[in-house]
Amino acid sequence: MILPALFFYLFAAVCVASAVMVVVSRNPVHSVLYLILAFVNASGLFVLMGAEFLAMILIVVYVGAVAVLFLFVIMMLDVDFSELREGFLEYLPVGLVIGGIFMFELLLIVGAWVINPAVTKTITAAIPTNVSNTEALGLVLYTKYIFYFQIAGLVLLVAMIGAIVLTLRHKANVKRQDITVQNARTPDMAMALRKVTSGQGLQEADAAEWVK
Amino acid sequence: MTIGLGHYLAVGAILFTLGILGIFLNRKNIIVILMSIELILLSVNINLVAFSTFLGDIVGQVFALLVLTVAAAEAAIGLAVLVVYFRNRGSIAVEDVNLMKG
Repeated sequence: MILPALFFYLFAAVCVASAVMVVVSRNPVHSVLYLILAFVNASGLFVLMGAEFLAMILIVVYVGAVAVLFLFVIMMLDVDFSELREGFLEYLPVGLVIGGIFMFELLLIVGAWVINPAVTKTITAAIPTNVSNTEALGLVLYTKYIFYFQIAGLVLLVAMIGAIVLTLRHKANVKRQDITVQNARTPDMAMALRKVTSGQGLQEADAAEWVK
Repeated sequence: MTIGLGHYLAVGAILFTLGILGIFLNRKNIIVILMSIELILLSVNINLVAFSTFLGDIVGQVFALLVLTVAAAEAAIGLAVLVVYFRNRGSIAVEDVNLMKG
């Protein structure tokens, strides 16, 4: 009984500490690395709650894809990050005030709030006890919530096309393969047969036409 | 010493507040602002999964999956916009985003 509590406090403490470091870190690369740590610990929390599939997805999607994307962009952009940090202390008081108000309100809600016992009767899809978390999720995701699943796929498709359209650029002096032009090419376009008069060789006028 | 719903909600609330704080503290650095938004979405996910577990309803985890998808898409689009902006202006400072000021 004590072990889950111990692990909860470990994961929660490391998660919160690394979230603080994401915010206050000087170097954005360090920020991304702390973000990865925060996500790994959050997935530990998910495992403690019994949501193993989401924990693994969190590792795969965030640590494997999003964090690496952030790292790529930070290293690709040649930016002086120290000048972007100016005004950090200037904004600290107002940030702390607004953060404190948020925290106070959230704690007020969490502290003064009880779950209505009748809410357990309105459960739409109870967690089955005899199957694993992944299977339980799949049982509702592909049947009852298939449209949400497909909309998620559509969102990802639109995001992918948008990112490609935004960042793709054609440089003027780079030769690219144009497959339709290649396929439409005939022998007539590529070569010409000339009758060269014997003893005279190639005339100037012909040569000019050749190199065309 | 059982860990209940309130504990997880408290972690979610702290992470949410830290995300808000990060947006205010790093007003000039849009990359850290994007990371703060990721933190906020993570806290939302923690809340959804906590309620899903403690109420015994798996729909919360389905919605957490959707939030995860949207977060990934948002990061991809945001960073793409950032790269295009850097190409055009040579800077990513939030204050320099005033092309439409007229």
